[in-house]
Amino acid sequence: MPILQLAYKSLLNRRLTAVLTLISIALSVTLLLGVEKLRNESRSSFANTISATDLIVGARSGSTQLLLYSVFRIGSATNNISWQSYEELSQHPKVKWSIPISLGDSHRGFRVMGTTTDYFQHYRYSRNKGLGFASGLAFNTLYEAVLGADVAQELGYVSGQQIVIAHGAGDISLVSHDDKPFRVVGILNKTGTPVDRTIHVSLQAIEAIHVDWQGGAKLPGFQINAEQAERMALQPKSITAFMLGLKSRLATFRVLREINEYKQEPLLAIMPGVALQELWDMMGVAEKALLAISAFVVVVGLTGMVTVILTSLNERRREMAILRSVGAKPMHIFGLILGEAITLTLLGSALGLLLLYGLLVFAQPIIESQFGLFIAISWPSTYEWKLLLAVIGSGIVISILPAYRAYRYSLADGMSIRI
Amino acid sequence: MQDRQNVIDIGRLQYRWREGLPLVLDIDELGIQRGERVFIKGASGSGKSTLLSLMAGVLSPEQGQLNILGQELTHMKGAQRDAFRADHIGFVFQMFNLLPYLSVIDNVTLPLHFSARKKSKVAQPEQEAERLLAHLDLSGSGILSRPVSELSVGQQQRVAAARALIGSPEILIADEPTSALDTDRREAFIKLLLSECDASDTTLVFVSHDDSLRSYFDRSIALGDINLASSQGE
Repeated sequence: MPILQLAYKSLLNRRLTAVLTLISIALSVTLLLGVEKLRNESRSSFANTISATDLIVGARSGSTQLLLYSVFRIGSATNNISWQSYEELSQHPKVKWSIPISLGDSHRGFRVMGTTTDYFQHYRYSRNKGLGFASGLAFNTLYEAVLGADVAQELGYVSGQQIVIAHGAGDISLVSHDDKPFRVVGILNKTGTPVDRTIHVSLQAIEAIHVDWQGGAKLPGFQINAEQAERMALQPKSITAFMLGLKSRLATFRVLREINEYKQEPLLAIMPGVALQELWDMMGVAEKALLAISAFVVVVGLTGMVTVILTSLNERRREMAILRSVGAKPMHIFGLILGEAITLTLLGSALGLLLLYGLLVFAQPIIESQFGLFIAISWPSTYEWKLLLAVIGSGIVISILPAYRAYRYSLADGMSIRI
Repeated sequence: MQDRQNVIDIGRLQYRWREGLPLVLDIDELGIQRGERVFIKGASGSGKSTLLSLMAGVLSPEQGQLNILGQELTHMKGAQRDAFRADHIGFVFQMFNLLPYLSVIDNVTLPLHFSARKKSKVAQPEQEAERLLAHLDLSGSGILSRPVSELSVGQQQRVAAARALIGSPEILIADEPTSALDTDRREAFIKLLLSECDASDTTLVFVSHDDSLRSYFDRSIALGDINLASSQGE
């Protein structure tokens, strides 16, 4: 039956509205699948912020808060934990490695984190990827700093650069540790995680710049210069948090409970994977809203198509009467309209898919460099195919409306031509 | 009434649009013989379009007999009547007969897509279309390659006639096909139509409100006389 051929030629005759309809369907499909792709990639990138770390330990507060300041460098700790507790827990027989971190200072909006060189060795992100040096080495002497990739890029720093650390986490700080400048000795590879936006120094360095401070302010009339500080015993008395890697994953819950019931000091241990999931679920509302909005855009696109077809029906009553006169059954008329809608939906979806991949090829490097989000250009996932099928399916289902209307018209009009 | 020569046999046929509405058509008896050229005269609103739709099987009568080519249409379902029309009847409208998105040739061969019977009678659709068009004084690539919307009304009506005639249907029904033409063209069109019907032994039912055309036909029927419902108005 060449009814599809007729549908095609009839559509070609109305190519302007057909092309506009196609574009609106294509754009809505691109948006829907694009949002879905972005959503997936950002979720997995988020979940990959930290890996291989079994527990994160900080002062007792909320698990989300601990995750935010220890991993994402957002907000700050309500309390520090004592060095003594850290020493004791890192000696726990189940613990394989530990990384202490100390936060609280910043440099031009980037957080400064005091830690040990174990950090560069044990920290893992994105399924066991380690930190690598794009240039230089880890800090070795006291006033040396290692920059995350974004810090170096945005501030234009290279190895050898002198930097001054400001007290506090604000963007503009009035008090700075300008008496003890640091030298950049290494720059890390890009990771797409908050590591990129962090300046790493040793725990002793954090101690050194605060040696003549007390309670968040410089002691008046009391100053210890950089060289003097270097000769002092810079054993930290407290840290912000620490990360633990265990010898066996099976021990995680036991160690977690032991830490949470630690007698000497109120501590909180969290499993980063679980906390990340909780945090994502909290933000998931926005993500779902985004998907819902793009689904609505698809509905708008398809409704537009049905509107266009319905509007055209009145002027096409003559066409239908002619077809009826040469022997077309009302079912043929139904098929003609439905065929048109199917053609538009299929072509629109294909075009949308094409547009999406075209955009991805173009935008992938930009998104990666700007947001540290790597979007793999891969064949659509099963879920994406299902979304696409849902679009095509609903396109066909709602097209039954104009098709049925045309069917009714052709039954009622018969062969009388209404102009 | 069961005269075997009749291709169209109507007996006590009644039709109304909906229950409760007055009758539109009430014909006691009407027979049309094979090969006859019948002129049916009717003013607009006399029920002529309804009669033609009934003959073509688009509408179904409320009661009565409607026998076409020995088959009782009232016994058929909608889809069967559609198939019957596709196989046995050619139809020409008053105007706007052609699909603007098809070429002249595609417009003429359109019925072949809906009827296996018509298709089987035409070995080479394009040549047959060209032959019919040539008989109707339409030939040359100049006309055939033009979009149908650029043809004159007279040319369009002749393309429509060729479409109605392709596949040699037994009956050709023409509903005011000349009302959009001027007097000279009207005469030429009717003569071409008649000679083509002669050549293919097709029964012609020609409806018009214009009484001056009836001299071209074998028989003339005034619908107002046979339609008992016409006095009641529509």
